[in-house]
Amino acid sequence: MSLGSIVKLIGAAALLVLPFAIGSDYYVNLASQILIAAILALSLNLLVGFGGLTSLGHAAYLGTAAYLVIYLTAHAGIDALSGAVIAILATTALAMLFGFLALRATGLGFLMITLALGQILWGLAFRWASLTGGDNGLGGLVRPHPFGIDLGDSTAFFYLALIVFAIALFSMARFVRSPFGQSLQGTRDQPRRMRALGYNVWLIQWLSFVYAGFWGAVAGVLYAYYHQFISPHALALMTSAETLLMVIAGGAGTLFGPIVGAALVIILKNVVSAYITRWVMLLGAIFVLIVLFMPEGLVPGIARLSRTAFAKGRRPREAAGIARVEERSA
Amino acid sequence: MHFWVIQGLNGLAFGSLLFILAAGFSLIFGLMRVANLAHGAYFMLGAYVGLSAIDNGANFWIAMLAGGATVCVLGGLMERLILRRMAGQPLAQVLVTLGIAFIVADGCLWLWTGDPRPLPMPSELEGVLRFQGYAFPKYRLFVVAVAFALAAVLWLLLERSRIGAMIRAGVDDMEMARAMGIRTSVLFPLVFCLGSALAGAGGVLAGPILSVYPNMDMDMLPLALVVVILGGIGSLGGALAGSLIIGFIYSYGQALFPDLAYMILFLPMVLVLTLRPNGLFGRRLA
Repeated sequence: MSLGSIVKLIGAAALLVLPFAIGSDYYVNLASQILIAAILALSLNLLVGFGGLTSLGHAAYLGTAAYLVIYLTAHAGIDALSGAVIAILATTALAMLFGFLALRATGLGFLMITLALGQILWGLAFRWASLTGGDNGLGGLVRPHPFGIDLGDSTAFFYLALIVFAIALFSMARFVRSPFGQSLQGTRDQPRRMRALGYNVWLIQWLSFVYAGFWGAVAGVLYAYYHQFISPHALALMTSAETLLMVIAGGAGTLFGPIVGAALVIILKNVVSAYITRWVMLLGAIFVLIVLFMPEGLVPGIARLSRTAFAKGRRPREAAGIARVEERSA
Repeated sequence: MHFWVIQGLNGLAFGSLLFILAAGFSLIFGLMRVANLAHGAYFMLGAYVGLSAIDNGANFWIAMLAGGATVCVLGGLMERLILRRMAGQPLAQVLVTLGIAFIVADGCLWLWTGDPRPLPMPSELEGVLRFQGYAFPKYRLFVVAVAFALAAVLWLLLERSRIGAMIRAGVDDMEMARAMGIRTSVLFPLVFCLGSALAGAGGVLAGPILSVYPNMDMDMLPLALVVVILGGIGSLGGALAGSLIIGFIYSYGQALFPDLAYMILFLPMVLVLTLRPNGLFGRRLA
């Protein structure tokens, strides 16, 4: 068994017994938050790391699904399951539309368009107060009791988040390793060659965009049920930027990088912020340092360092993440 | 009729503000292909520095100079120390500017705390100008004048000076330009400082109209982006056209459809993207 598999097994076991090991509700809730952020970061990673499409508007899917689920379930009287399903489907449809618009360009153009599209939704949520509650947001969502389990209990909710996270991670791993996922990585590395080979690059990118939006929506539904409240903040540029930070810091193009990145940002936000008031500055500084000195991200970077530490004289592996995207787009 | 004229003038004023914001961004993006996501933060920092200058007794014009100069230096440092290390990696450069935007924004919050503050306008420009039964704030008309003057100066710089020719050459084809002997190690910091200074001074200029508040950077940045996407990359005329279009649409939209006002800002951009992806006057969109 390789070191990687052992680490993964230990991680999985740790997650399973987490609530009982920690005991404090606060940290169990924190773990739930990390899992939700990790799902969102993983979905963004499909675009950034595996598709080479850096998006600064991914929070749009989180926020839209959350708003829809709260509006439908708490304000329009629809039951929890249908509300969640409709929210996810509607947000995925939004991703189809946005993908259409955003993929009119690639690279920096794509970045700017996704940013602007995210801002449109933010503006809508912020200004259309009669529908969305404006800056006051929408609340009143009650966590349901499926099969008699009260999801209001932090441990129960954690396991729900863990189940969804496991499904998401497994699905995305399958996606990435599938022929379609390989073709997506092909369009990231060599779009012209892919076109020459007859692949429809636009369609591959668009379908991946929609798939990423789908998982963003799933994260949004969980987010809504976790906080039981939604405000325009979830749609703000800051949230999209933080998610991108999670992906890049953890390691774009790897499956576990975004998870580490999500943990980093959430812990900084919730735990470190109690000790260091200027945690945003710290986050920005960490990000700058990572992009400057460890551009492939924390997970590949640490893996690389540990490899060179354990096996001197071997060449370090080719850098992943933005470094690789850079080479191809140059 | 009164409504249309006054809102039209408001639109002109807002569009002018946008142009001053977007001109620097467009210059930097057009030449260096770096989407400086810290541009909004620079705008905000300039405004705060100007505010402090006025608090300490300086007049408005000195404050504007102070704001512009501070951000100019900061921008120059950022280019020299950080962006240059990542030459040839536009995506990494953009991400770094995002991190710096976080740092600058939080720094402003730390130094100036979270209360929104209006920037006092120069006393000679207070009050309204009356004409044919219309009254309009003098300061806003001044901002319009500044924007058009800036456009003229930038046009002269780009079209009639040697540096401008070098910039245009760089925008068209950077590699050829370097092969012809144009030193990017001098040109890039120059343009970056100029763009940043415009942002900083623009922040002070916008202060009396928008006030200075935390999160101003994330409010202003998408607007700069929309203007540049709408007008087209690498085209200052496009930036002017884009700013004015957005300014008018925002003014009328806000008055007629307040709920959808913010969204309306982005609709022209969405329209342009579907019909003309390169923007109104632009070259290729990255």
